[in-house]
Amino acid sequence: MTTENITTEQSDHDSHDEHHDHKMTGIKRWLYTTNHKDIGTLYLWFSFIMLLTGGALAMVIRAELFQPGLQIVEPDFFNQLTTVHGLIMVFGAIMPAFTGFANWMLPMMIGAPDMALPRMNNWSFWILPFAFAILLSSFFMESGAPNFGWTFYAPLSTTYSNGSTAFFVFAVHIMGISSIMGAINIVVTIMNLRAPGMTYMKMPLFVWTFFITAYLLIAVMPVLAGVVTMLLTDTYFGTSFFDAAGGGDPVMFQHIFWFFGHPEVYIMILPAFGIVSTIIPAFSRKKLFGYASMVYATSSIALLSFIVWAHHMFTTGMPLFGELFFMYCTMLIAVPTGVKVFNWVATMWRGSLTFETPMLFSIAFVILFTIGGFSGLMLAMTPVDFQYHDTYFVVAHFHYVLVTGSLFSIYAGAYYWLPKWTGHMYSESLSKWHFWCSLISVNLLFFPMHFLGLAGMPRRIPDYALQFADFNKWVSIGGFAFGLSQLIFLAVVIKCIRGGAKAEAKPWDGAEGLEWTVASPAPYHTFSTPPKID
Amino acid sequence: MTVEQTERNKNNKKVLSKLMLIVFGMFGFGFALVPLYDVFCDITGLNGKTNESAATTYTDGIDTSRTVNVQFISRTAQGIPWKFEPVQREITVHPGETKFVKFYAKNESNRDIIGQAVPSVSPGLAAAYFQKIECFCFTQQPLKGNEEVEMGLQFYVDPELPKDISTLTLSYTLYDVTGKVDS
Repeated sequence: MTTENITTEQSDHDSHDEHHDHKMTGIKRWLYTTNHKDIGTLYLWFSFIMLLTGGALAMVIRAELFQPGLQIVEPDFFNQLTTVHGLIMVFGAIMPAFTGFANWMLPMMIGAPDMALPRMNNWSFWILPFAFAILLSSFFMESGAPNFGWTFYAPLSTTYSNGSTAFFVFAVHIMGISSIMGAINIVVTIMNLRAPGMTYMKMPLFVWTFFITAYLLIAVMPVLAGVVTMLLTDTYFGTSFFDAAGGGDPVMFQHIFWFFGHPEVYIMILPAFGIVSTIIPAFSRKKLFGYASMVYATSSIALLSFIVWAHHMFTTGMPLFGELFFMYCTMLIAVPTGVKVFNWVATMWRGSLTFETPMLFSIAFVILFTIGGFSGLMLAMTPVDFQYHDTYFVVAHFHYVLVTGSLFSIYAGAYYWLPKWTGHMYSESLSKWHFWCSLISVNLLFFPMHFLGLAGMPRRIPDYALQFADFNKWVSIGGFAFGLSQLIFLAVVIKCIRGGAKAEAKPWDGAEGLEWTVASPAPYHTFSTPPKID
Repeated sequence: MTVEQTERNKNNKKVLSKLMLIVFGMFGFGFALVPLYDVFCDITGLNGKTNESAATTYTDGIDTSRTVNVQFISRTAQGIPWKFEPVQREITVHPGETKFVKFYAKNESNRDIIGQAVPSVSPGLAAAYFQKIECFCFTQQPLKGNEEVEMGLQFYVDPELPKDISTLTLSYTLYDVTGKVDS
């Protein structure tokens, strides 16, 4: 461990060398910044803007689906909406939000002065807006935006592409490079910059989950880059990776894509586990139940994620052996995930619970994520998957895990650390409005989708049979309400930045961790001298 | 820079270069999946691909105790103005018995087009047991405008075919490869 023998004097000296401290002003401060807190803030704001952008697309989708028949948009534009909605929410909202948390909190949690590679950190953020500018600009072109689904199956995205494939591919390349750089930074920071005495098994669980997630990113984002490159050359340079006419195989596309795609879904949920595992103990005023089992559960989920990809492809005509293998492996993931859910419940058991907004979002996370987990278990069963495949049941499933799972954990984390970020307490009453409006509307939005799917309503279709009309109306109303509710969050955050009750260094009496040992708002530079952990 | 900082930078670089190695390795792995997939499917016959070069005639005897239905399906990919269909839609064979069937193709446009038929067998596991001795799919088919042709397929079904499979479907998709011909 290299940080162990740094003396106070030297490291003070260090920090003066390293950041020649005078903050620049205006836009330059943000463009040139290498400070982990600035970059974290940029990531978080960017992801919120993307959430609203992707949300706006979803509003149009729900408006079209409010009643049967074609009302507002053409089917082709509807396909563009679902595609770009998915891409933006996955790569623009959820993933950058987690990277934002990592930037803000990791160095403070492990007692490091900054991320290990600050310049790369700046770079990895600032290429992101360009990626999404490229992607969104295609809406304003003659060809239109990508319309082949966020999963961009070949040959939809090659032979039958509307001409947007190149824009899509380059946007994804840039997003991928950004994620890889972000992930490398996280791994290097955690491996090299932990405070003296902080062994791996003493790291907060939050740090562990980001550590494992970063490894997943490093392993699978290059595969995504590879598959979109093949797509590009298939479409424009005459190769035949996925073209049967030239000896390729379109089903192989699905194998390579989901080899990336399944770990990707854990990339979007493991950090959520970390956030919730930080918040539940704080408001239960107890230590996290089963810390070590949480670490092992997270690792096993990450490892298993590499051998379950074909459960997305049960209907492609796999032999029975393959179907059984992927079914059992998928169900196996329920075991470590169950360990986690039981640990959260056990942490709350006989705790002195209080229900501030971060805790409310975390409890909602545990319950609603578990619903999403159960519907996932149903989808894992090969025989029933043949019925559920490509229906609204799948849509309900992944929105439960991504919205009431990942997004709710992001809100929980944002409320939990807002006092540390801004130095002010957020408005508890306004944030409770945000929580309850979101909770009710999100269930109105996604729960009936289960029934729609079981009744056979296909996904990615702008029109539907009459018998689905009632449920779709309620789903759309839930959708509009959920969309509007997110503006309350914006109001809470702006109000909190502008003022409010002064936050103490540790505003939550049950909270633990190094980040609460520094003042609120956190000074621009923290832990220039590493703290000593016993 | 202090000694510790230099030391720390050195350590960061070490981890960084290892991680970059993983990144490039995984990028390569993505492409390596292409041949790996082919080999895997070749061995297991998972994707219904049949043999791509001619098999030799089967001489180890015909299994007259069993019959297998072989069905033929044809379709044309988008953008190729050909009529393409099997002359005979279904045939009953004994495993090991060599059969000859014909497919009819007509270029219904006025321009010269080169077609390439790509076979696929369902159920996929049976693909490895469907052996083509002679097939129009081994080569490309150039047809002048409005030209028609009957194309032959000579095959046998390997007697090792799993007992539970009694019907095979051979499907041909015809693609326009005019712009992409190698020669």
